[in-house]
Amino acid sequence: MTSLYLQSNNCVMEIRRDVFQAIADPTRRAILSLVAVQAMTPGAIAANFNSSRQTISKHIQILNECELLHQTQSGREIYYHLNPQKMKEIDNFIEPFRQMWEDRFNKLESIMKNYKK
Amino acid sequence: MEKKTKIHAEENRHDLTITREFDLPVELLFKAYEDPEIVAQWMGTKVIKLESKKHGAWEFETSDPNGNVVFKANGVIHDFIPNEKIVRTFEMDNINFAPQLEFLEFEKLTDGTSKLTMQIIYKSIEHRTNQLKLPFAQGLNMAHNRLEEIVTKLK
Repeated sequence: MTSLYLQSNNCVMEIRRDVFQAIADPTRRAILSLVAVQAMTPGAIAANFNSSRQTISKHIQILNECELLHQTQSGREIYYHLNPQKMKEIDNFIEPFRQMWEDRFNKLESIMKNYKK
Repeated sequence: MEKKTKIHAEENRHDLTITREFDLPVELLFKAYEDPEIVAQWMGTKVIKLESKKHGAWEFETSDPNGNVVFKANGVIHDFIPNEKIVRTFEMDNINFAPQLEFLEFEKLTDGTSKLTMQIIYKSIEHRTNQLKLPFAQGLNMAHNRLEEIVTKLK
Protein backbone atom coordinates (compact mmCIF):
# COMPACT_ATOMS: atom_id res chain seq x y z
CA MET A 1 0.00 0.00 0.00
CA THR A 2 2.87 2.32 0.80
CA SER A 3 4.16 2.09 -2.74
CA LEU A 4 0.76 2.95 -4.14
CA TYR A 5 0.73 6.03 -1.99
CA LEU A 6 4.17 7.05 -3.13
CA GLN A 7 3.13 6.69 -6.72
CA SER A 8 0.05 8.80 -6.27
CA ASN A 9 2.10 11.50 -4.60
CA ASN A 10 4.73 11.38 -7.31
CA CYS A 11 1.97 11.65 -9.82
CA VAL A 12 1.25 15.19 -8.75
CA MET A 13 4.89 16.17 -8.88
CA GLU A 14 6.03 14.36 -11.96
CA ILE A 15 3.04 13.62 -14.08
CA ARG A 16 4.85 12.54 -17.18
CA ARG A 17 6.85 9.81 -15.51
CA ASP A 18 3.98 8.56 -13.52
CA VAL A 19 1.59 8.13 -16.38
CA PHE A 20 3.96 5.37 -17.41
CA GLN A 21 4.09 3.99 -13.92
CA ALA A 22 0.33 4.00 -13.95
CA ILE A 23 0.15 1.89 -17.09
CA ALA A 24 3.04 -0.34 -16.06
CA ASP A 25 0.76 -2.11 -13.60
CA PRO A 26 -1.28 -4.99 -15.11
CA THR A 27 -4.34 -4.34 -12.94
CA ARG A 28 -4.40 -0.71 -13.94
CA ARG A 29 -4.06 -1.63 -17.60
CA ALA A 30 -6.97 -4.02 -17.16
CA ILE A 31 -9.02 -1.21 -15.61
CA LEU A 32 -8.18 1.05 -18.54
CA SER A 33 -9.28 -1.56 -21.04
CA LEU A 34 -12.53 -2.11 -19.11
CA VAL A 35 -13.48 1.56 -19.08
CA ALA A 36 -12.36 1.91 -22.69
CA VAL A 37 -15.41 -0.17 -23.61
CA GLN A 38 -17.86 1.76 -21.45
CA ALA A 39 -17.97 4.17 -18.52
CA MET A 40 -18.21 2.24 -15.27
CA THR A 41 -18.86 2.81 -11.58
CA PRO A 42 -16.09 1.89 -9.11
CA GLY A 43 -18.23 -1.03 -7.96
CA ALA A 44 -18.67 -2.39 -11.48
CA ILE A 45 -14.92 -2.09 -12.09
CA ALA A 46 -14.06 -3.87 -8.83
CA ALA A 47 -16.48 -6.69 -9.69
CA ASN A 48 -14.08 -7.71 -12.47
CA PHE A 49 -11.20 -8.45 -10.13
CA ASN A 50 -10.41 -10.85 -7.35
CA SER A 51 -8.65 -8.10 -5.40
CA SER A 52 -10.40 -6.26 -2.61
CA ARG A 53 -12.53 -3.27 -3.42
CA GLN A 54 -10.09 -1.02 -1.54
CA THR A 55 -7.18 -2.22 -3.68
CA ILE A 56 -9.09 -1.53 -6.88
CA SER A 57 -10.18 1.81 -5.56
CA LYS A 58 -6.51 2.76 -4.95
CA HIS A 59 -5.72 1.79 -8.54
CA ILE A 60 -8.62 3.90 -9.79
CA GLN A 61 -7.38 6.78 -7.68
CA ILE A 62 -3.93 6.60 -9.26
CA LEU A 63 -5.36 6.44 -12.77
CA ASN A 64 -7.61 9.36 -11.94
CA GLU A 65 -4.77 11.45 -10.53
CA CYS A 66 -2.71 10.73 -13.61
CA GLU A 67 -5.66 11.93 -15.68
CA LEU A 68 -5.99 8.64 -17.50
CA LEU A 69 -9.54 8.49 -16.19
CA HIS A 70 -12.06 11.22 -15.70
CA GLN A 71 -15.23 10.99 -13.72
CA THR A 72 -18.81 12.11 -14.21
CA GLN A 73 -21.63 12.13 -11.71
CA SER A 74 -24.97 10.59 -12.61
CA GLY A 75 -27.38 10.86 -9.73
CA ARG A 76 -25.63 9.26 -6.78
CA GLU A 77 -23.26 7.23 -8.92
CA ILE A 78 -19.80 8.20 -10.10
CA TYR A 79 -18.82 6.89 -13.52
CA TYR A 80 -15.24 6.57 -14.69
CA HIS A 81 -14.38 7.16 -18.35
CA LEU A 82 -11.15 6.67 -20.23
CA ASN A 83 -9.44 9.93 -21.08
CA PRO A 84 -8.39 9.23 -24.67
CA GLN A 85 -6.38 12.43 -24.91
CA LYS A 86 -4.12 11.37 -22.10
CA MET A 87 -3.79 7.92 -23.63
CA LYS A 88 -2.57 9.57 -26.82
CA GLU A 89 0.18 11.25 -24.88
CA ILE A 90 1.56 7.81 -24.12
CA ASP A 91 3.20 7.64 -27.48
CA ASN A 92 6.53 7.04 -25.86
CA PHE A 93 6.50 3.28 -26.01
CA ILE A 94 10.05 2.99 -24.72
CA GLU A 95 8.90 3.37 -21.13
CA PRO A 96 6.86 0.12 -20.98
CA PHE A 97 9.84 -1.64 -22.59
CA ARG A 98 12.16 -0.19 -19.96
CA GLN A 99 9.71 -1.13 -17.23
CA MET A 100 9.61 -4.71 -18.51
CA TRP A 101 13.41 -4.96 -18.18
CA GLU A 102 13.38 -3.17 -14.85
CA ASP A 103 10.95 -5.77 -13.51
CA ARG A 104 13.06 -8.64 -14.84
CA PHE A 105 16.31 -7.21 -13.49
CA ASN A 106 14.78 -6.50 -10.08
CA LYS A 107 13.72 -10.12 -9.95
CA LEU A 108 17.16 -11.29 -11.06
CA GLU A 109 18.79 -9.20 -8.34
CA SER A 110 16.55 -10.47 -5.56
CA ILE A 111 16.94 -14.11 -6.68
CA MET A 112 20.73 -13.85 -6.86
CA LYS A 113 20.97 -12.18 -3.46
CA ASN A 114 19.90 -15.53 -2.02
CA TYR A 115 23.02 -17.09 -3.51
CA LYS A 116 25.18 -14.52 -1.79
CA LYS A 117 26.54 -15.72 1.44
CA MET B 1 13.38 6.92 -6.86
CA GLU B 2 16.13 6.72 -9.43
CA LYS B 3 15.58 4.47 -12.40
CA LYS B 4 18.08 1.68 -12.25
CA THR B 5 17.50 0.34 -15.72
CA LYS B 6 18.32 2.79 -18.47
CA ILE B 7 17.50 2.55 -22.14
CA HIS B 8 19.51 4.52 -24.62
CA ALA B 9 17.69 4.57 -27.93
CA GLU B 10 18.61 7.31 -30.36
CA GLU B 11 16.16 8.40 -33.04
CA ASN B 12 16.52 6.87 -36.47
CA ARG B 13 18.87 4.14 -35.42
CA HIS B 14 18.30 0.43 -35.51
CA ASP B 15 19.95 -0.40 -32.24
CA LEU B 16 19.54 0.46 -28.59
CA THR B 17 21.42 -0.07 -25.36
CA ILE B 18 20.04 -1.22 -22.02
CA THR B 19 22.19 -0.65 -18.95
CA ARG B 20 21.69 -1.69 -15.38
CA GLU B 21 23.85 -1.71 -12.29
CA PHE B 22 23.36 -4.57 -9.87
CA ASP B 23 23.98 -4.92 -6.21
CA LEU B 24 25.65 -8.25 -7.01
CA PRO B 25 29.18 -9.47 -7.71
CA VAL B 26 29.71 -9.91 -11.45
CA GLU B 27 29.99 -13.71 -10.97
CA LEU B 28 26.45 -13.89 -9.60
CA LEU B 29 25.10 -11.59 -12.29
CA PHE B 30 26.63 -13.84 -14.92
CA LYS B 31 25.35 -16.97 -13.20
CA ALA B 32 21.82 -15.57 -13.54
CA TYR B 33 22.35 -15.69 -17.31
CA GLU B 34 24.16 -19.00 -17.41
CA ASP B 35 22.03 -21.30 -15.27
CA PRO B 36 18.80 -22.41 -17.04
CA GLU B 37 16.88 -22.79 -13.77
CA ILE B 38 17.73 -19.29 -12.63
CA VAL B 39 16.97 -17.80 -16.07
CA ALA B 40 13.54 -19.44 -15.90
CA GLN B 41 12.88 -17.76 -12.55
CA TRP B 42 13.67 -14.17 -13.41
CA MET B 43 12.53 -14.22 -17.02
CA GLY B 44 9.29 -15.87 -15.97
CA THR B 45 9.54 -18.37 -18.79
CA LYS B 46 10.12 -22.05 -19.34
CA VAL B 47 13.66 -22.71 -20.54
CA ILE B 48 13.44 -25.51 -23.10
CA LYS B 49 17.06 -25.27 -24.00
CA LEU B 50 20.00 -23.17 -22.89
CA GLU B 51 23.43 -24.30 -24.01
CA SER B 52 25.63 -21.76 -22.31
CA LYS B 53 28.65 -22.06 -24.58
CA LYS B 54 30.07 -20.81 -27.84
CA HIS B 55 27.89 -22.07 -30.71
CA GLY B 56 25.22 -23.20 -28.28
CA ALA B 57 21.51 -22.61 -28.78
CA TRP B 58 18.65 -21.48 -26.58
CA GLU B 59 14.89 -21.79 -26.60
CA PHE B 60 12.29 -20.27 -24.26
CA GLU B 61 8.58 -20.87 -24.07
CA THR B 62 5.99 -19.07 -21.94
CA SER B 63 2.47 -20.35 -21.33
CA ASP B 64 -0.59 -18.68 -19.85
CA PRO B 65 -2.29 -20.25 -16.79
CA ASN B 66 -4.39 -22.41 -19.13
CA GLY B 67 -1.28 -23.91 -20.69
CA ASN B 68 -1.54 -22.10 -24.02
CA VAL B 69 1.84 -21.04 -25.34
CA VAL B 70 1.84 -17.26 -25.56
CA PHE B 71 5.50 -16.63 -26.25
CA LYS B 72 8.19 -18.67 -27.88
CA ALA B 73 11.67 -17.47 -28.72
CA ASN B 74 14.98 -18.95 -29.71
CA GLY B 75 18.46 -18.08 -30.80
CA VAL B 76 22.06 -19.12 -31.03
CA ILE B 77 24.99 -18.16 -28.88
CA HIS B 78 27.92 -16.80 -30.84
CA ASP B 79 30.24 -16.09 -28.00
CA PHE B 80 30.24 -17.02 -24.35
CA ILE B 81 32.98 -15.77 -22.04
CA PRO B 82 32.14 -16.31 -18.36
CA ASN B 83 31.81 -13.12 -16.32
CA GLU B 84 32.59 -11.04 -19.39
CA LYS B 85 30.28 -11.34 -22.34
CA ILE B 86 27.59 -13.18 -24.26
CA VAL B 87 26.84 -12.57 -27.92
CA ARG B 88 23.62 -14.15 -29.09
CA THR B 89 20.68 -13.86 -31.44
CA PHE B 90 17.04 -13.58 -30.46
CA GLU B 91 14.08 -14.52 -32.62
CA MET B 92 10.42 -14.93 -31.74
CA ASP B 93 8.33 -17.71 -33.22
CA ASN B 94 5.00 -17.04 -34.89
CA ILE B 95 5.66 -13.37 -35.46
CA ASN B 96 7.07 -11.87 -38.57
CA PHE B 97 10.03 -10.09 -36.97
CA ALA B 98 13.61 -10.53 -38.05
CA PRO B 99 16.10 -11.98 -35.56
CA GLN B 100 18.01 -9.46 -33.48
CA LEU B 101 21.63 -9.52 -32.40
CA GLU B 102 22.45 -8.98 -28.74
CA PHE B 103 25.79 -8.07 -27.16
CA LEU B 104 25.79 -8.53 -23.41
CA GLU B 105 28.73 -7.16 -21.45
CA PHE B 106 29.23 -7.96 -17.80
CA GLU B 107 31.44 -5.62 -15.86
CA LYS B 108 32.76 -5.70 -12.30
CA LEU B 109 32.33 -2.36 -10.54
CA THR B 110 33.33 -3.28 -6.99
CA ASP B 111 33.54 -6.66 -5.24
CA GLY B 112 29.83 -6.51 -4.57
CA THR B 113 28.47 -4.56 -7.53
CA SER B 114 28.40 -5.04 -11.27
CA LYS B 115 27.03 -3.59 -14.47
CA LEU B 116 25.28 -5.12 -17.43
CA THR B 117 25.34 -3.42 -20.81
CA MET B 118 23.11 -4.98 -23.43
CA GLN B 119 23.27 -3.66 -26.96
CA ILE B 120 20.52 -4.91 -29.25
CA ILE B 121 20.82 -4.54 -33.00
CA TYR B 122 17.66 -4.77 -35.11
CA LYS B 123 17.35 -5.31 -38.84
CA SER B 124 15.82 -1.88 -39.44
CA ILE B 125 14.54 1.23 -37.67
CA GLU B 126 11.02 -0.07 -38.19
CA HIS B 127 11.92 -3.41 -36.64
CA ARG B 128 13.23 -1.63 -33.55
CA THR B 129 10.02 0.39 -33.25
CA ASN B 130 7.81 -2.68 -33.56
CA GLN B 131 9.86 -4.62 -31.06
CA LEU B 132 9.75 -1.77 -28.55
CA LYS B 133 6.00 -1.49 -28.84
CA LEU B 134 5.48 -5.14 -27.91
CA PRO B 135 5.47 -4.88 -24.08
CA PHE B 136 2.80 -2.21 -24.15
CA ALA B 137 0.77 -4.12 -26.71
CA GLN B 138 1.18 -7.31 -24.68
CA GLY B 139 0.03 -5.51 -21.55
CA LEU B 140 -3.11 -4.42 -23.31
CA ASN B 141 -3.56 -7.89 -24.74
CA MET B 142 -3.31 -9.36 -21.28
CA ALA B 143 -6.01 -6.98 -20.17
CA HIS B 144 -8.15 -7.98 -23.14
CA ASN B 145 -7.62 -11.65 -22.46
CA ARG B 146 -8.70 -11.10 -18.89
CA LEU B 147 -11.76 -9.32 -20.25
CA GLU B 148 -12.54 -12.25 -22.53
CA GLU B 149 -12.12 -14.62 -19.63
CA ILE B 150 -14.62 -12.62 -17.58
CA VAL B 151 -17.08 -12.38 -20.45
CA THR B 152 -16.83 -16.14 -21.07
CA LYS B 153 -17.58 -16.81 -17.41
CA LEU B 154 -20.69 -14.66 -17.63
CA LYS B 155 -22.09 -16.69 -20.51
